[in-house]
Amino acid sequence: MIANSSYSLRTPTRTILGPAFVFTLALALIFFTLFIGHGIGDGIASNLQGIWQLIIGEADKYQSIVVWQWRASRLFAALIIGAALGISGAVFQSLVRNPLGSPDITGFNVGAFTGVLIAIALFGNLYWYSVIGALIGGLGAAVLVYLFAYRDGHSGFRLIIVGIAISATLTAFNQWLSLTVSLETAMTAALWSAGSLNGMTWSRIMPATLLILLLIGLSMLLNTRMKLLEMGDDTAAALGISVNKTRLVLMLVGVSLTAVTTAITGPISFISLAAPQIARRLHPQRHITLFGSALVGALLLTSADFIAQHGWQNTTLPVGLVTISLGGLYLVYLIIREGK
Amino acid sequence: MTQSSFKARCVSTSETMTEQAALETKSVTLAYEHNVIAKDLSVNIPHGKFTVIVGPNGCGKSTLLRSLSRLLVPKSGEILLNGENIHSQSTREVAKKLGLLPQSAIAPDGIKVIDLVSRGRFPHQKWFQPWSEADQKAVELAMQATGVIDFAQLNVDQLSGGQRQRVWVAMALAQETSLLLLDEPTTYLDIAHQIELMDLFQDLNRIQGHTLVAVLHDLNHACRYADHLIMIKSGEIIATGSPNDIITETLIEEVFGLSCLILPDPISHTPLIIPRGRASTVTINEMKLKLNPH
Repeated sequence: MIANSSYSLRTPTRTILGPAFVFTLALALIFFTLFIGHGIGDGIASNLQGIWQLIIGEADKYQSIVVWQWRASRLFAALIIGAALGISGAVFQSLVRNPLGSPDITGFNVGAFTGVLIAIALFGNLYWYSVIGALIGGLGAAVLVYLFAYRDGHSGFRLIIVGIAISATLTAFNQWLSLTVSLETAMTAALWSAGSLNGMTWSRIMPATLLILLLIGLSMLLNTRMKLLEMGDDTAAALGISVNKTRLVLMLVGVSLTAVTTAITGPISFISLAAPQIARRLHPQRHITLFGSALVGALLLTSADFIAQHGWQNTTLPVGLVTISLGGLYLVYLIIREGK
Repeated sequence: MTQSSFKARCVSTSETMTEQAALETKSVTLAYEHNVIAKDLSVNIPHGKFTVIVGPNGCGKSTLLRSLSRLLVPKSGEILLNGENIHSQSTREVAKKLGLLPQSAIAPDGIKVIDLVSRGRFPHQKWFQPWSEADQKAVELAMQATGVIDFAQLNVDQLSGGQRQRVWVAMALAQETSLLLLDEPTTYLDIAHQIELMDLFQDLNRIQGHTLVAVLHDLNHACRYADHLIMIKSGEIIATGSPNDIITETLIEEVFGLSCLILPDPISHTPLIIPRGRASTVTINEMKLKLNPH
C-alpha cells in the first residue's frame, strides 16, 4: 500500500529494546523488593523453594504477613503512585509544551502540601480531610499560577517561571504554618513533608488507588485531544477541539493526580519531571506516551524506594529524599542541555 | 477610476454571489480585547471559487480569516457557514465542513507524515470508534493529492519546507471539508515551492471542487490564481471581484500606496503588477550622471 523507506527498517530493535529493558528491570525490582529484605523479616525465603512456597501460599503465617501485607502493599503503592506522577508530568509537559512544565516544578505539589497542612491543623490527621485538602491546595496553586501567568493567552515558559515563584512562596508559607501550629501537628507535618511510603497498608492505598485509576482512565480518554493541542491552539481548534474546555479538563486531571498522591505520601518530586522525558528517550519514535510515562514513573519510584530502604544500613530514608536528590542532578543536566 | 466606482462594482458582485455564498460575514465587528480591527464588515465567499484576500500589513486580512474560520468570535454581527450561524454549531460539526491551514502549526517531535495526516480525521471519529476504512481512504487520497504519499513513513522533520507545508495541506484535506481556509500558506517558501503550492491549490479548486479562501502577501500570485479577489485596507473592503475586472494602477496606489505599472501577464493573461519604486524617477544613465558629473 504505502512504500516503506529504509528508515522504518531500523526501528524494530529500538522498539523491542526499550520496553524490554523497562520490563526486565521492573520484574527484578519487584522480585527483590518482595523476597529479599533486611530489617524485619530478614532471612525470609533464602532459597528458591521458600519463595515458591510464599507464592503458592504454603509458607508460614509470619512470613506471609511480612511479604504479602507489608512489602506487597508498599510495592503496589510505589507502582501506582509512580504511574500517577508519570502521567501527571506527561499531561503538564504536553499542555505547557516544555519539558520543565511538570507539577513538581510549577509548585502544584507544594500547593497540595499547603492544603494538607491546613487540613491537619484544622481537623487533625484524618485521611479523607488530607485528600480533600490536597486537592483544594493543588487546584488553588494551579489557579494562582494560571492567573498570574495570564497575558493575552498563556506562554508555556511564563507558566513555568510564575510556577517556580508561586512554589517558593508556598514553601515559605508552609514553613511559617509549621512553626505556628502545635508541636504535635508540626511533627506529623514534618514527617509527612519528606514524602514517604512508610505505613502504606492495603487499607490506606486502596481508596487512593481507585481515584488514581479513575483519573488515569480519564487522561487516556483525553489522550488524542491532548496530542492535537500540542500542534498549536489554532490547529487543534480547526480540527474541532474546544481548546479552552479541553485544556481546563486536562489541567484538572493533571493537578488531581498530583494532589491525590501528595495527600497520601507527601510531596515526591522528580518523578513527574523525569518519567515522561525518560519514556520519550526509550520510545522508538521519541514520542511521549501516557502509557510509557506511567511505566517509567512506576519503575522510577519503585527503584527510588528500593534505594531508600536498602541503600543505607540500619536506616530507612524517606523516598522523597531519594527522588529529590536524583531529581536535582537531573534538573541541572536538563537546564544545561536546554541552555545550549 | 474613482473609489466610488470600485465600491459600486463591489456591491454588484456581492449581490450576484449572495445565493451561492459558502461563507459570509454579516456586518461583523472584529476586535482583540478593545483593539477594534474592523467594523461593520460584510464579506461573501462564493461557492466553488478560489478567493484570495489581500491588503497591506495590519489591514485585518488575517483577522478576517480567523473570524471566517470561527477562531475569533465577532463582537457583533454574524458569520454564516452555508447560511447557518457558525457559532451556533458545535466546533466539531464546523470542522467537518471547514478546514483551516493556520500559520502557527507545530509538528510534534518525530511524527511520521502518515500519522500527522491521519490527525485530520479527528472530527470524523467518535469516542471508542476504531480507525475505519473510510479514514484510511481519506488519508491516502489526501497524501496522493498533495504528492506526499512517497514519504508517508518518513519523519516530518526530515522534509524540506515545501514538502512539510504540503503535509499540512494533506492533513487539512484528510478532514474532507468542501471549504478550505489558508492563512499565508506560501510564507517562508522559495519561489519554486510557492508556485508548486499555488498550483496544488488551483488543482484542489478546479479538479476536486474545493472552495478555497487564502490570505496572500504576493499580489501577483493573488492576481494569477484568484477567481475572486478581496482587497482590504484598514479593516474596510475597498474592492472585490475577479482580478482582471478590478486591478488598476489607481487601486494599487490607493490600497498599498504603491506607484506601479500594470501589464497583462503573458502566461496567465491576468494583471501583472510592476512596482515603479525609485527606478521610475531615476534611470541608470541619470544615476551615473549623478555619481560622476563630469
